[in-house]
Amino acid sequence: MPFLIRQTLVYAVPLMLVALAGVFAERSGIINLALEGIMIFGAFMGVLFVRFVQQWGWFQAAYDAKNYLALQGFCTLAILFAAACGAVFSLLLAFAAINLKADQTIGGTALNLLAPALVLFFIRILANQNTLNMYTGDAASWFMLKKAMFGYGRTQQMGFLGSTFVDKVYVATYICILVFVVMSVVLYKTRFGLRLRSCGENPQASASLGINVIKMRYAGTVLSGALAGMGGFVYVLTTANCSANGDVAGFGFLALAVMIFGNWKPLNICGAALLFGLFKCIAASYSTLDINGDGVYMLKNLNINTNIYRMLPYVITLVVLAFTSKSSRAPKAEGIPYDPGKR
Amino acid sequence: MKKESFWDKTATRSVLASLVAILTGMVAGGLIILIVGLTNPTLGIKGAWEGIRLVAAGLFSTGRGSAGELTFGFNPTSFGNMLFRAMPLVMTGLSVALGNKAGLFNIGAPGQFLAGTAASLSVALSVPTSVLPAWLIWILAFLAGMIAGACWGAIPGLLKAFLNINEVLACIMTNWIAANLVTWFFDVSNLKNALEGTKSGYIYKTSTILNDVVIDGVSSTVGAAVPEGAQMVATRGGVATGKMGLDALFGGSQINGGILVAILIAVVIYILLSKTTLGYQLKACGANRYAARYAGIRDKRNIVLTMALAGALSAAGAALYYLSGNTEFFWNTYQSLPSEGFNGIPVALLAINNPIGVIFSAVFMSMLQICGQKLTELTAYNEYITNVIIAVIVYLSAFMLVIKMWIGKLRSGKAVKK
Repeated sequence: MPFLIRQTLVYAVPLMLVALAGVFAERSGIINLALEGIMIFGAFMGVLFVRFVQQWGWFQAAYDAKNYLALQGFCTLAILFAAACGAVFSLLLAFAAINLKADQTIGGTALNLLAPALVLFFIRILANQNTLNMYTGDAASWFMLKKAMFGYGRTQQMGFLGSTFVDKVYVATYICILVFVVMSVVLYKTRFGLRLRSCGENPQASASLGINVIKMRYAGTVLSGALAGMGGFVYVLTTANCSANGDVAGFGFLALAVMIFGNWKPLNICGAALLFGLFKCIAASYSTLDINGDGVYMLKNLNINTNIYRMLPYVITLVVLAFTSKSSRAPKAEGIPYDPGKR
Repeated sequence: MKKESFWDKTATRSVLASLVAILTGMVAGGLIILIVGLTNPTLGIKGAWEGIRLVAAGLFSTGRGSAGELTFGFNPTSFGNMLFRAMPLVMTGLSVALGNKAGLFNIGAPGQFLAGTAASLSVALSVPTSVLPAWLIWILAFLAGMIAGACWGAIPGLLKAFLNINEVLACIMTNWIAANLVTWFFDVSNLKNALEGTKSGYIYKTSTILNDVVIDGVSSTVGAAVPEGAQMVATRGGVATGKMGLDALFGGSQINGGILVAILIAVVIYILLSKTTLGYQLKACGANRYAARYAGIRDKRNIVLTMALAGALSAAGAALYYLSGNTEFFWNTYQSLPSEGFNGIPVALLAINNPIGVIFSAVFMSMLQICGQKLTELTAYNEYITNVIIAVIVYLSAFMLVIKMWIGKLRSGKAVKK
């Protein structure tokens, strides 16, 4: 059980963060189809940052001295760097969609094509293979929390809460949850958030009240890029041992589905992401999943083909969308270029 | 009324805008190569210059000369391979273009491509040649692929028409479902290449001759050479697209008559879109679904039909590609979707959704792929730079209208000066 919850969180948290990224863009009126691409780019830049910093040896002393606080700081820096890079990358979409009034679907698709191409081009040149790994060591030994850090011995148990939420967990996951909460509050409880949302519903009315629609849409898209870049790096950090290979397995698109399923509202998104996280987790590790801890791998014993488990998250998405799309309410002005002369 | 001059025609401006996009993409790719070359001491300015020349003219590359310098000239193999690779791209490009004309963004081409692959490969490799002649099996396999693609494409269409699910999302989900289904399908099939031991993970080429035999009461499948004492049950395989003399023109390449089929289908789609009622209805739905419904056009039926047609086109591309007889299908597709499907998007956008234009933009796209291949073979750069170029072109095609306006302004500026 602790394993199931822990792994579900590992998949669900990046998903909800990236879905929130989609909300920020769409609430300001820009369809951000490029979430996948931004995730890939953010993941690559984050790994690159970790790699270079390790190469320069900045945190080697902290690692040798087992100064875990410093290492978590290093991890946070990498996350921030990935977020910044995601924000910069999303400027491409913002420029095309806002200044040039481009077709946002095509613009987003272009970024989705650009990110893996660029990333793989550089990975191949830097690493001479298709995967960029950390310079030394692995993600678990550098960034993962372990019970040994809290003075527990090899045989000592941490208890249910401890082994679920502390042992073998990345702090990055909690940073993402924190950012998710803060950004949700920003979107719903601040003046800035209200103004941003108004631009996605009726930008002309917002403009008549003195809101700078262009600025707000830029803010929405750039924040969206930052969140997606961050989500991308945390995803590869926690699931792919901090390595980038120009692919996040359709997570960006899954996040879009979660956003629509969650009806563009943070709390619903949180629930939807947990559901998908659970199915992703089952697909990834059903064969070694011991739900009630009796040593029996129940799902493996069901003898269902692996491909069915792999398909499940996508099938569930479609089924869920089929039931919810009638009642879903997208921001009214999303996807429509802002034209001040229009009423 | 004054006759419109050549430069003021919309068609001319569209072509010009596409050329601007292509040029910008190439320049962007060249710049990246230059920057990488300058920062990488092993490449240097010389390596960068070689890279840039290969990106621009890799089609004419004939390898390296005796002094290690790049040599250029007419390379029939590259030309033939370019046309061969353009074949599936024409089809997926048509698929996306048809969707765009009807206002549906068909990002589901990879899934439809996979559906077509699975259906046509299984028909081509399962029907015994003792029952039907090979050419008939080819046609059956081609049709089976198209039908499978049409069914798979219709799913997002139905979801869009009746449940109002965004077709982009539905397509992406069906893509991944198809990837897993196809893996599963071939996983349990007997079409995995067991004859060539080194080729694990691949399906038989359709041109492979397979003999189902019974040796000492045990049934098995062997290749063309049947061991003595074996009892023949059936012969399968040996299906391949006719070369139609094209291999003589482009020696050493993979080309076959499939490219002619693809061009023919493009012409058919052009006629369908511009000369028939159905085409008019599809375009009307694309322009404004609700206005079309008001005018008495059945919009839901048209959405489903468009997606089914688009699926059939993508799948036809897959059928043409894998029925060639010299291509192999790697069946562990659940990890990544076929790039032919996604490349249909830039092909269609670059052609501004014109079916005839799709032929040219597909050839251009496959030329870029050849350039990328040469780049990987001959320099320390790699083929992904061509994907960067394609992405830049797609990015620019998102605001084609703005580019067209700029071209228009340039014209009118000149007119005033006169």
